[in-house]
This record gives sequence, C-alpha cells and structure tokens, in this order.
Amino acid sequence: MPFIPHTESEIRDMLDVIGVDSIDDLFDEIPKDLRAQALSLVPEGINEMEIGRVMTERANKDGLYVNFIGGGAYEHHIPAVVWELTTRGEFYSAYTPYQAEASQGTLQLLYEFQTMMARLTGLEVSNASLYDGASALAEAVLAAVRAKKKATKVLIPSTIAPVYRQVVNTIVRNQGIELIDLSFSEVGGHTPVEIVSQQTTDDVAALVVPQPNYFGVLEDVDALTDWAHDHGLLVIGLVNPIAMALLKPPGRWGKQGADIAVGEGQPVGVPLSSGGPYFGFMCCKQKLIRQMPGRIVGRTVDTEGRPGFTLTLQAREQHIRRSKATSNICTNQGLMVTAATIYMALLGPDGLRRVALQCHANTKRLLNSLAKIEGVKKLFDRPFFHEGVLQLTQDPTAILKALEAQGIVGGIDLSRHYPQLGDSMLVCATETRTDTEINNYGIHLERIMSRRRLDPPCAQKVAGKG
Amino acid sequence: MLIFELSKPTRRNSSQSPREESKITDIPEEFLREDLASLPEVSELQVVRHYTRLSQNNFSIDTHFYPLGSCTMKYNPRACNKYAMLPEFLMRHPQSAVTTGQGFLQCLHELQEMLKDVTGMKGVSLTPLAGAQGEFAGVTMIRAYHESRDDQRRDEILVPDAAHGTNPATATMCGYKVREIPTDAEGDVDVEALRAAVGPQTAGLMLTNPSTLGIFEGHIQEIADIVHEAGGLLYYDGANLNAIVGKVKPGDMGFDVIHMNLHKTFSTPHGGGGPGAGPVGVNDRLLPFLPIPIVTEEGGEYRWLTELDLPQSIGRLSGSMGNAGVLLRAYIYARLLGKEGMNRVAEFATLNANYLMAQLRSRGLDIAYPTRRAAHEFIVTLKSLKEQTGVIAMDVAKRLLDKGYHAPTVYFPLLVPECFLIEPTETESKQELDGFTDALVEILEEAHRDPELVKSAPHTTPVTRLDEVKAARELDVAWNNE
Repeated sequence: MPFIPHTESEIRDMLDVIGVDSIDDLFDEIPKDLRAQALSLVPEGINEMEIGRVMTERANKDGLYVNFIGGGAYEHHIPAVVWELTTRGEFYSAYTPYQAEASQGTLQLLYEFQTMMARLTGLEVSNASLYDGASALAEAVLAAVRAKKKATKVLIPSTIAPVYRQVVNTIVRNQGIELIDLSFSEVGGHTPVEIVSQQTTDDVAALVVPQPNYFGVLEDVDALTDWAHDHGLLVIGLVNPIAMALLKPPGRWGKQGADIAVGEGQPVGVPLSSGGPYFGFMCCKQKLIRQMPGRIVGRTVDTEGRPGFTLTLQAREQHIRRSKATSNICTNQGLMVTAATIYMALLGPDGLRRVALQCHANTKRLLNSLAKIEGVKKLFDRPFFHEGVLQLTQDPTAILKALEAQGIVGGIDLSRHYPQLGDSMLVCATETRTDTEINNYGIHLERIMSRRRLDPPCAQKVAGKG
Repeated sequence: MLIFELSKPTRRNSSQSPREESKITDIPEEFLREDLASLPEVSELQVVRHYTRLSQNNFSIDTHFYPLGSCTMKYNPRACNKYAMLPEFLMRHPQSAVTTGQGFLQCLHELQEMLKDVTGMKGVSLTPLAGAQGEFAGVTMIRAYHESRDDQRRDEILVPDAAHGTNPATATMCGYKVREIPTDAEGDVDVEALRAAVGPQTAGLMLTNPSTLGIFEGHIQEIADIVHEAGGLLYYDGANLNAIVGKVKPGDMGFDVIHMNLHKTFSTPHGGGGPGAGPVGVNDRLLPFLPIPIVTEEGGEYRWLTELDLPQSIGRLSGSMGNAGVLLRAYIYARLLGKEGMNRVAEFATLNANYLMAQLRSRGLDIAYPTRRAAHEFIVTLKSLKEQTGVIAMDVAKRLLDKGYHAPTVYFPLLVPECFLIEPTETESKQELDGFTDALVEILEEAHRDPELVKSAPHTTPVTRLDEVKAARELDVAWNNE
C-alpha cells in the first residue's frame, strides 16, 4: 500500500478502539446508492523504478532544443544552489505560515523577498507574490479600480502580451470593469503619448505601462507616467525583474513614479517548465497597501523583544473578510519565491545587471545577424531590451517548423495576434545563448529561407551530385 | 539576521554571472537605472548557510506531524519531485510547438482522464493555478451557463455558513451577491432554510462535502434536487476530496462543477504556501465553458484546445497553461498509487481520523459533533477548558509546537467555539497519532496545573509569541537598513 504505514494488527487495534468491524463501516453515513463503482480510467499502481522509466522515456521523447523564444518566459542560468536549497523538505513540504513561531524560515524569507522586490522596482512595499504575471496584472487592475472608487475603466496598451490581455479580461469582466485597448506605433513598436492622450480619461482608473513591452521595445515611461498622473490616473507598471537591474525602475518613472508595479517573476530563478509553476509579483506605494491582494509578511517582535516575522494586514483577506475580501486568493507561490529569493541573493546587484547586459548584447547580435539575411527585416527603430520583432517574406509557421527540425525553437509567430505586422516573429536571446548558437541560427535561417526561394530540395540534390 | 545584514559592497559571485560586462551603447540614458539595485552582496557560502538555517526554523511534513485540518498535509513522495524535474521538462518553453512536448502532454492528458474518473465528471481542465482560481473558474462557468440561456436575473450564490472563506470571496469576484445558509445542530446544511432561500435569483450553491465540519452531508441528494429545481447549479468545493476519493464521485452526488486541490488530494507539495493546482471538472451542460487551454488527443498526437476550438470558453486564467510542474507531480503520484492505492487513500484517511477522534474522546476531550462519523477530519472544542482554566485554543495550539507537533487548524470553522480542526491524513502511523494524543492530554493537564506555562507557549521555537498588533499598526514589510 503506497505511503500507508499501517500493519494488519494495527488496523485491527484501531477498529477496536473506534468500535467498528471494518473500515467500510466508517463510510456508513454515505447513502448506499452513492457509493462509487471501481475506478475504470486509473491504471494499476506501479513502483518508483517503473514510474522513473515511464517519465524518463517521455522526457527523452521531448528532447532538448536551443531556445530563442521569450514572450513572457525566459531561459536563464539558474545556479545549482537555488533548487538544491528550495527542495529541502523544510521549505518544500511546509504550508502557509499560519503558525508564525513554527514558520519563521518561510516568513523571514518572504520578508527578504518583499524587500528585494521593493528595491528592484523602486516602490515602498511588496506582497509575498501572486500566481503568475498575467493574473498579477489582473489583480493590479482590480486594486486600481478599488483605489479609484467610482472609476471603472483601465487603459491597456496593445504592446502587452496578448495572453495577458486575455487573462485580465477573463478575471475582471464580471465586475463591471471596461478594458480599453490602446493601439501602437508600427514604426517604433511602442505606445506614443499622442495615441494615449486621444483617450477620454472620464471614469478611467489607471493606465498600464509595460517596460520592456511584448515586442522587447522600451516605452516612453516617463512621459506616459506624467500624462497619466496629470489626468488623475494611477499608473500600473508591467515589468521584467531582470530588466529592472538595468532599466529605470517604475518607482522612478516620471515626476511621481508608477503607483503599482507587477510582472512575471519566472526570470529570477524559476525554470521554464513548460509553463509553470511561476510566480507573479506586485509592489506599490505605501498608500495603496490596503488595496493589495495576497499575503503580506511584516516584521515585528516577540514577547522577549526579539525580531520576528508574521503574516499581517490579514483583514484584507478572504478567510477574515469573506465576501468583502480584496481577492479570493489564499496562497502565494511560496516555493517559487523561495527560489527567486535565493537566486537574487546569489546574483546580487552586479550579477543581475551583468545578466541583463548580456541578454541585451546577445539579442542585439542575434537581431543584427538575422536581419542581414535576405527576406528578413528587423521591425521597429526604438531601443529594446532582450527581444525583437523580425518581419519575413515567408510564412513564419513553416520557417519555425523547419528550424525545429534543426533543434532550434526559433521564436513566436506574431501573425495571428498582430496581423498588421505581416509575416513576423518575436525572437529572444538571453545570456544562456552562445555566439555559436546565435551563428547557427543565422546559418539555418538563411538556408531555409533561400532554399525555398531558389531551389526545391530535389534541385539541390542534383546540384550536390554534380 | 537578515541576508541584507551580511552584505558588503562590491562582494560578488563571479561564477554565477556572465564573465564580461558588456558595454551599453544603444540605450539612451533616460531609460536606464542610475544606480545598482540594492540587493544583498553576499558569497555563495553565505547564501547556502543563511537559507539552510532559515529552513531549519520551519515545521514541515518532512520533519513534523502536521494535522492542519482542511489542508491535507500528507507525505509528498520524493519521486514526484525527482521525475517532474527532468531537464527536458524543465527546459521546455511553454510557447514552443506541441511537437516538442508530446511526452509532457501525454502525462497531462492521462492525468485529465484519471481526474474525470475520480470525480465522475465529463470534462476536466487542468489550467487553474490554485484552488481559489479553480473556484473562480467554476463560478464563472456557472455565470456563463446562465448567460448563454439568456437567464440574466440570477444574481445570487448560496454558501453554507461553514464554508471556506474563499467561497464567498469567489462569488463576489464573479459579480454575484452572496447569501449564507445556516447549519443545523447535527452539522448538516439546514435544508428548510435552503428551501426558503432558493428562487429565480439563485445562480448556484457552493458546497464542500464532506463539509468543513468533517462530516458527510447526508442530505446531499435532497440539496441537489432543491437547487436544480430552482434552476441553479451545484458547485463542489474539492477541498475535502481526500475523504471520499474512490468511494463517492461528486458527479454522482449531482454536482455540476467541481474544483480539486491537487496539493491536497494528489499530494503535490504545499511549498510554504503554493504553488498549488486547482483543476476543474464539469458535467455535460458546462463542457463548452471550460477554461482553456485543455489538452486533447487525436490519433496518438496531443495538442491544446484553444479559443479557436472552444469559442464559448470562459477564457484563459494564466500566461500559459497552468502549473505544469505541479500537474506532473500529481500525475506521478496517481500512477504510483493506481486504482487500488487511490481507494485506500480515503479508507486510511478516514480510519486515522476516526481512531484519533475516538482516542481523544476517551481521554476526555469534547468532540464538536459526537454523534457523527469523522470523515477525514473532525473538530475538538476546548470551550470547557477555557471556562475552567482561562487557557484558550490558541494557547494549546502554541504549546503543541513545544511538544514537536504542528498545531491543527484553529478557530475554523467559525461556527464552533475554541475549536481545533484535526486532519491526520492516511500517511501517518498509529504511533504518531498516539504520540499526538499523549501530547495533547499532557497539555490539558498542564493547563489545569500551570496555566501560565501554556498561555506563554511556545517556549522552544526560534521566537516566542509575536506581537501581531504591532505588525499591523507599525507596518514594516520591507527592510530599510535600520
């Protein structure tokens, strides 16, 4: 019996103490006609050696690829220490720190995380994390609407990830909130203040400002922030934590700084993992803390005057406020935050900045080298961080498929969500990509693009023979 | 000592960052950060020692019995972690083509099928990131269903007063009013009150069964009929699925929609408060509304169903496809257990709960619902202890920490005064349960003999009781080098 320690004689003794004949008697309050038939879609159990074989086979089938995809989740070097420590049983198998005295490890770590995130974003306070970047943006929209009381609209640039817009819409639409899409400049790939300023600000609670945006392009954050504040809107910065080591943090945008900063925490210490678990972060100005959803850890003292840590401001939360809570959220992404905190401590300010710089340098090299290929053009003339958009003269779906056959996952096809950009794709090279890999990408892309244009494969074969 | 207090300017771990600092020439200064972010500057050894020591300040399943009611703190098999963390799974980008992830998708598809079987539902979406997000998805589907029938007047969700706080909070997030239904003396939903509460305004009822009181709701079929006859739908909060897995299927009880907490029933780690996973299951009428993406199999090939396949879907809930790594751990756990093992989960969770309840009762503790069987958890009330000694449930909880046991859930559900909600789970041995009984009885004796000892507990933890009022009044949520 997997993971059940009872011996036959113990079972007997336990049933005697309870005063029943069999385990089945313990289910006698369940109406007979509700008792389930045997499970039919669950196979017989297997042992650890066998499941190891199954999983290894499936993993091998999936294989490893050289990755040039970003779009919200990024491959970065993760020091060995990070997950060695994170998977210690004391972190891995603990629960939400309700009993503070028995959870000081997790609580102190969360306080350190909050401090790191506040410093990285240049804002005063942080919560202990949310589910992921997309849902964190939705929670920021809800927080902004609560803070602005009567306003029910939020301005959302089209330069944030399409899936973020979808998620925000799913989460906020039944609360009577209207999301207004802002179009972008097809020259710069950014959201010019001139476009934003055409919007009405009546009944608008906030403006979302991504930095960098989905195209990797840097937005005019100072001008956008000042415009929003001049019109009585809150500013929600949507940022990448690695980029924050290099770029001006939201807390210093414009004259007053963004009011809320959120984003996807995955880049700092969390593996790509086919999509999760990741974590979202949220920081804000002190005056908005009571609108913040999720767990918050505070520093206090014990009865002997020693410093200690505890969950605080719980009066915002669902287990106290029930239907009047700021959100229904009851966990954070504790284990992911454990990894992120250890990652940021190991890298430090200089290390994180070096990672950011190397990401930028590699992406610049990648874009320059690919844009030299005939039929490939780099879109947008604005400064960028670690991603860029390439326009192709061919269907990106087929190109990406051909690259995959060479062991390269080459980018994200943008043609469905951004038809105005034609046949285009989003590419990324983080610090983990080598010069050789970047060169190889260029060689394969050139060959794939040109072969189709010039010679069908059979013609090449003949030429090769000659 | 905070990690920041170990920091010295210019100290760095050269083996952890790119070798050379690339110069920046093409980003104008107005976009750049003027200073370094003030993160700690510490050595690798300092990091390892600091966080290893912090970990030792935690109670966890791996180190302590953790009978936290309603949380199902059972053993998290290490194999689940090891094989979910194979490099091919970890390195795969979520946006890469499905052709690069057929093995991964096969695991998810099989998990999806197993969850359908266990819950008796017609369709499952794995995408919700946590139990609360599963609830959100479930209630949003209820709303989408009524809207699709042009039944707009339903604006109320019914929730028993014993429910988890997430239920009413979720209903509000989905734009519903909340009406509470009282509980009768036996711990069941007050059926007459329910009958009086339903009407054309009823969108649905959210119910946990076994309830948060640790008992199986005996009138479930009658409740289902009342809600359905009023045109409402029935939502199953799967928080306590561990108590009935393999024994009763929520679909057979008449539920239309359900969420499961894989971090409970399927033993994925709680991780100090997340990540979880809260898949949702639905019956026929809610199938079109399931959140996307959903993995599907066609002729041995796996792919995602998206908004293009399911135009009526309530939409996406996360940046990619859910907490993939958690789902893989749940899959591995389910395969290790198999159908036999899964049946035994409920059997032994129930055996342990009823045994512990019987032992505590025989040693003089008051059981809140003494006439009822415990499902996988039960409630002890310390009201008489408080009256006799002034020692309250929280004091006893803290004293348990001194004895090497994590405290049960305290003061929840709100209906029972001075309560402990105790859930031992199936993976604990009889010896552990006996040790817990002895410790609890010892504390009650201490409470009579030396109440101060219990009131001032804990004494052996890294800190004693914390000043929570100060924490909330003088907010300090980020360190300012002071």
